[in-house]
Amino acid sequence: MFLAQRRLCSLDSRAKFLKTIYSSKILGLPASAMSLKITNAKRIEGLDSNVWVEFTKLAADPSVVNLGQGLPDISPPVYVKEKLSKIAAIDSLNQYTRGFGHPSLVKALACLYEKFYQNQINPNKEILVTVGAYGSLFNAIQGLIDKGDEVIIIMPFYDCYEPMVRMAGATPVFIPLRSKPVDGKRWSSSDWTLDPQELASKFNSKTKAIILNTPHNPIGKVYTKEELQVIADLCIKNDTLCISDEVYEWLVYTGNKHLKIATFPGMWERTITIGSAGKTFSVTGWKLGWSIGPNHLIKHLQTVQQNSVYTCATPLQEALAQAFWIDIKRMDDPECYFNSLPKELEVKRDRMVHLLESLGLKPIVPDGGYFIIADVSLLDADLSDMKDSNEPYDYKFVKWMTKNKKLSAIPVSAFCNEETKLQFEKFVRFCFIKKDSTLDAAEEIIKAWIRQKS
Amino acid sequence: MRAMGVRTKKGPRFLLTPEWWPEDRDLRDPTKRSSGLCRALEPGSPVPVTVKHAPPDFASQLCSQQLRDSGQVTSLFEPQQFQRVEFSRMASEYDVVNLGQGFPDFPPPDFAVQAFQLALSSDFMLNQYTKAFGYPPLTEILASFFGKLLGQEIDPLKNVLVTVGAYGALFTAFQALVDEGDEVIIIEPFFDCYEPMTLMAGGRPVFVTLKLSPTQDGELDSASNWQLDPTELASKFTSRTKALVLNTPNNPLGKVFSEAELELVASLCQQHDVICISDEVYQWLVYDGHQHISIASLPGMWERTLTIGSAGKSFSATGWKVGWALGPDRLLKHLRTVHQNTIYHCPTQGQAAVAQSFQHEQAHFGQASSYFVQLPEAVLRSRDHMVRSLQSVGLRPVIPQGSYFLIADISDFKSKMPDLPGDAEEPYDSRFVKWMIRNKGLAAIPASIFYSMPHRKHFDHYVRFCFVKDESTLQAMDEKLQRWKTELRP
Repeated sequence: MFLAQRRLCSLDSRAKFLKTIYSSKILGLPASAMSLKITNAKRIEGLDSNVWVEFTKLAADPSVVNLGQGLPDISPPVYVKEKLSKIAAIDSLNQYTRGFGHPSLVKALACLYEKFYQNQINPNKEILVTVGAYGSLFNAIQGLIDKGDEVIIIMPFYDCYEPMVRMAGATPVFIPLRSKPVDGKRWSSSDWTLDPQELASKFNSKTKAIILNTPHNPIGKVYTKEELQVIADLCIKNDTLCISDEVYEWLVYTGNKHLKIATFPGMWERTITIGSAGKTFSVTGWKLGWSIGPNHLIKHLQTVQQNSVYTCATPLQEALAQAFWIDIKRMDDPECYFNSLPKELEVKRDRMVHLLESLGLKPIVPDGGYFIIADVSLLDADLSDMKDSNEPYDYKFVKWMTKNKKLSAIPVSAFCNEETKLQFEKFVRFCFIKKDSTLDAAEEIIKAWIRQKS
Repeated sequence: MRAMGVRTKKGPRFLLTPEWWPEDRDLRDPTKRSSGLCRALEPGSPVPVTVKHAPPDFASQLCSQQLRDSGQVTSLFEPQQFQRVEFSRMASEYDVVNLGQGFPDFPPPDFAVQAFQLALSSDFMLNQYTKAFGYPPLTEILASFFGKLLGQEIDPLKNVLVTVGAYGALFTAFQALVDEGDEVIIIEPFFDCYEPMTLMAGGRPVFVTLKLSPTQDGELDSASNWQLDPTELASKFTSRTKALVLNTPNNPLGKVFSEAELELVASLCQQHDVICISDEVYQWLVYDGHQHISIASLPGMWERTLTIGSAGKSFSATGWKVGWALGPDRLLKHLRTVHQNTIYHCPTQGQAAVAQSFQHEQAHFGQASSYFVQLPEAVLRSRDHMVRSLQSVGLRPVIPQGSYFLIADISDFKSKMPDLPGDAEEPYDSRFVKWMIRNKGLAAIPASIFYSMPHRKHFDHYVRFCFVKDESTLQAMDEKLQRWKTELRP
């Protein structure tokens, strides 16, 4: 009898939904068109476009030399790969680990970073392991920024800062880096600075945070002590937080030093410092990052974590911890990856500078990071094919260059907000964390280009 | 799991050490720095819970802090009744068999481990970013594998999103589709993250409880007797209802929703133009001839359903944190927007390993050699073992038709020893679990944490056990239960 009741119940519900379908048919509309409620949440309104999706597709053609996306095509260090390989065989590491960070990893991070901070770092309360530095940015912004808050973003900016701030319901306030005139000498990323008065004018009672990125993507600027002091002073004066994106912290070139704003007096208690395994060990596909800060801030990032991804992959965290232990023990050794990688990249940087100069461009020599930008308008390329598009100059240029020269890059105006795209539309960003054969291929293209010009 | 050809190992049995939220809830401290969602830490309102590590002697071992699976509240909110308990002390004093944690203590199948090793040793470019919305071989195999199961053309680019675990898929779905003031229907008992995720998206959870139909005396209760009242369910739908969260097989109950029950849910979703978020992580873990049905395969449901799955649960590799959401492009496109503004990419190698593992399963689908056939067969034996063993001390398990878990009725204990130590306001099941850890060396999870606050007091006579455990763990459980049984004799 019970079974009959259930059958009746199911017939009844069948009848009900048949009725729904039938009524939509009457109106001659497909069932899907009937939905007025199935829409996106307001928080993501307008955040659907993404420069990478477009440009990585363009560069996916194997005949194109890809100097666009910031992805190493060099191999990670051997011991890093070896660690991960061994770990896969350990049973227990295939199950969940601690949500806020695998124990051995947070211990390694605490040990490493204690060398830079004056205080000891509590691995459980002052560190959070996230899905890439990208995930740390998200957790920090969601955990600390509210609707109606303002967040200062320095332009050009790594493009996710703006949509993440908007998704939190806050308002981004932009300030551009401006270059001093550099007649006669080589243009350097250090020539691009913030005007202290202009910066001060951006702070008000609504300012919740400023996002700092040093070394900077895309310009490669490494903020000096004085520049960081200006920012620190304003943060303290205005009781503002600082979200410091330091993913390229190890990639600084001769004559420069990476400084952590969180180590400045009065800054530890108001700063979240973000790092990246991907950029540290050339393993972007591991998607592991971390936030370091005082517990009264980190705990909010942890709250976001436990309600979003909960925990990061275990084997990768263990492998990362072990790789860290190897390099932590030999920080002064030239073989330490934190020392050897920037040395390797400095050579590549210099090669790129030379190549771009030979093409008649004026590249901005980066003090850090693995990107270099150059003003390409000097090439006066014939972009008549691309005339129909409303896009900024650099978008058109990159598309033209990818199609006609089989060399890809990223337009720098992608790192600007809508209103200020024109300020940087003549610049294009090249990535140089590439193996020699890739740079050789780029060199061939450039040489041919030069021949064609003359 | 000897039947699996997997070597037996002693899994970690140490207890997690939950740490209730520290005292510094004072809003005068820089907690004012938090965002609104974190400002739910108002005094007097529920507070989140974190979990500390196991004591030093276990520090070098892997320690899962997965709150929900430790049985501690994973949600943004925890009942104020919970006092600070120092389980770390307890764990070091007592040798505890942990049946609370919701993950296997045996390894993934060999082919999965090999798949991961291959991913790590083949193309070094797998160490770099892959496609944001999913590593192509994975999205392709998911599209073909689930396309067949759901009877649907699935496009790997438009209808599949790879996420950081099914947890990440749930989060992405809520953020993409739930707005301020939207209502989300949640069926109780529920996997406890649904509520805070709804709240974090500004939504309002609306609860509807699975009600128990009375059993014959002496018979063990079955999860299938826990049912939705159709009238009550229908009454929960309003013009503000944006989504309904379905979890089948269900955690913690182990209920596998029948076709009739799914049709009921489906018809209401269509009638009210509501999205169905279907959490199907335990889809392979169904027993006794029950069939898992994906609601997205019912007429009219594909276009309004997100079907969420988990590699962790499918391949007993929860630490890989690879999950996915399947659905129509009109829903997935919004999840993609959230994804590209939250984590952007998922780790590559885990995805490669899962793709390879699915290739294996596709080749063996429906055959005795399929892991999706072998795993439930082996786990069924563990379930039955646990059901028999628990009864020996007067616990009354509710037979689950699916999932990793069962709940056991502790009413007899509640009537015989109603005054277990704990806060006056602390639910009985929580006090019982603590007592059981201290005195009987067994850990489980109080079932009331899977209920909304107002309903907890009605369901404080159940505890949840996980039976997806190695033979040696179940034997250790038996030893504890034997001792318990002797202590029961007058």
